[in-house]
Amino acid sequence: MSCGQIILDYGLRSVGIGAQLLPRGEFTLCHQFTLIGSGLIWNVYFAVLALAFGFFAATGLALAKSARSRWLRKPAEWFIFVFRGSPLFIQFFLVYEALVMLPRAGIDVFGLTIATSWLTRAWAGALLVLFLNTAAYSAEIFYGALMAVPKGDIEAADAYGMTGWTRFRRVLWPTMLRLAWPSYTNEAIFLFHATTLVFFSGFPSFQQKGDALYYAKFFADKTFNPFVPYPIAAFYFVLLTLSLIGLFGWVNRRLNRHLPGARPRLRIRPQIIR
Amino acid sequence: MLESCADPKSLEGLAWTLCYLTTGKQVLFYWSFLTVLTLMAVTAPIALAFGFGGALATRAQFAPLRWFGKGYTSMVRGVPDIVFFLFVPVALDQGLEYLRHKVLCPDWTEPVRQGSDFVVCAAAKLPLSSSPQSVHELYGFVLAVVAFSVVFGAFAANVLAGAMHAVPHAQLETAEAYGMSRRQVSRRILIPQMWVYALPGLSNLWMILIKATPLLFLLGVSDIVYWARELGARKSQIYEYPHPDWRLWYFLALLMFYLTMTKVSEVVLRRVTSRLTRGQATMAGEAMRKAGG
Repeated sequence: MSCGQIILDYGLRSVGIGAQLLPRGEFTLCHQFTLIGSGLIWNVYFAVLALAFGFFAATGLALAKSARSRWLRKPAEWFIFVFRGSPLFIQFFLVYEALVMLPRAGIDVFGLTIATSWLTRAWAGALLVLFLNTAAYSAEIFYGALMAVPKGDIEAADAYGMTGWTRFRRVLWPTMLRLAWPSYTNEAIFLFHATTLVFFSGFPSFQQKGDALYYAKFFADKTFNPFVPYPIAAFYFVLLTLSLIGLFGWVNRRLNRHLPGARPRLRIRPQIIR
Repeated sequence: MLESCADPKSLEGLAWTLCYLTTGKQVLFYWSFLTVLTLMAVTAPIALAFGFGGALATRAQFAPLRWFGKGYTSMVRGVPDIVFFLFVPVALDQGLEYLRHKVLCPDWTEPVRQGSDFVVCAAAKLPLSSSPQSVHELYGFVLAVVAFSVVFGAFAANVLAGAMHAVPHAQLETAEAYGMSRRQVSRRILIPQMWVYALPGLSNLWMILIKATPLLFLLGVSDIVYWARELGARKSQIYEYPHPDWRLWYFLALLMFYLTMTKVSEVVLRRVTSRLTRGQATMAGEAMRKAGG
């Protein structure tokens, strides 16, 4: 089989397009590169959606945590503690088992039957866990940044007569983002790396549709040779991590464009495994 | 095993629960918590040593050693740690078997890699196929410890390299002006002072290590996740203690275990930090001095 044919067969295998069966007996470099690359679609899918939704939830949570009312503050603190204090791996298992316990036939709400079986699928269930997890981690980062917003900025906003939403939208939020951005970049990278856990925790992969690491392990198990598939997966991840850093660096420059002189550089510190 | 538990089918309520919680398998589950704690206790010092070596290597004068140090510290930045957890044990296992194969069976002519197989002579197998089950389990655990140590060593190397940078440069220059050699500067000035700078990073790492322990499950060690899945699964009437799917409750118990570990570690580490900052020339140390602590 030529490499072009392999790419046609397996390039979109992870989303169910192309060949039905995974390769058997024949594991060329082209097979491995194609299939592992195809699995990467899932990693990107989980990371992008979880980060996109998590960003807004995190902003809300950070505001709730800094709220004066304890009815807002305490739940936010507990949410953040539970999701930051426990392993993501356990969270995956726990949520999967909880979702499996939902009634098969669906839940009856005012005569409408809401189907629940889709929630146990990885694309929805794992996304939910990753979303809650990144919301908690980012909320802590945003909360720290919110506390670090210079007092003078807030006083200036007050002097201009800004209140409530306008003050938040024009002064607090941009400054908070600017301060939080380097740490948030780290969080994004490690969330992206954490997406590899999905198919190794409770969530089953239907019809062997899995992520990059799932296929890398498939090849390592089949060929008894870990020295090829894992470096390929590592190569892909380094590549995507670099593009992520590039993208976040661009946003960082935009957020800091009004500042004279040296802008804070993004430093990638590996601090978070979940 | 309690005496009254001889016939579990006749038991009810509290007695049943008590008997259920003391079955042999449940006790194995309790022991597996010790496996996890052992892993943390063993990994932490080894990883610290690896990290220390890595951090020193990044400052080495001998270029290849420096490159190795830089490569080691940056390897965890772009690649998910799980890749290493899957890769290191298998690679190490095959590497060791290959070496033993070369030494123990020199007259073996066939290649080690035959298509999709990795074949070494029987004497080179690790552990030997004749050895008891416990040796196999121990070997698996040791491989897991090495994998954890390598990954966390890289994290620790990052933290320690940063801490070494944070020690005020003027102090090192002063030491050199006093005529100390590079080695003396490292041993007498750099290393004693870097710990307070490294502490926030290292306590963070400890938290991460706690949260990484369930990954033992991926390495095939029968840890708490393994037992929670095993014991929680639905048990039909064939079993002595039939029960519906309880995995959710087992995992809730694990969640509570990890949250407790996190909370306890937070409290302990806060104490250690305040102890180590006392009298240091840092902001926190200065604040403590002013507060009269």
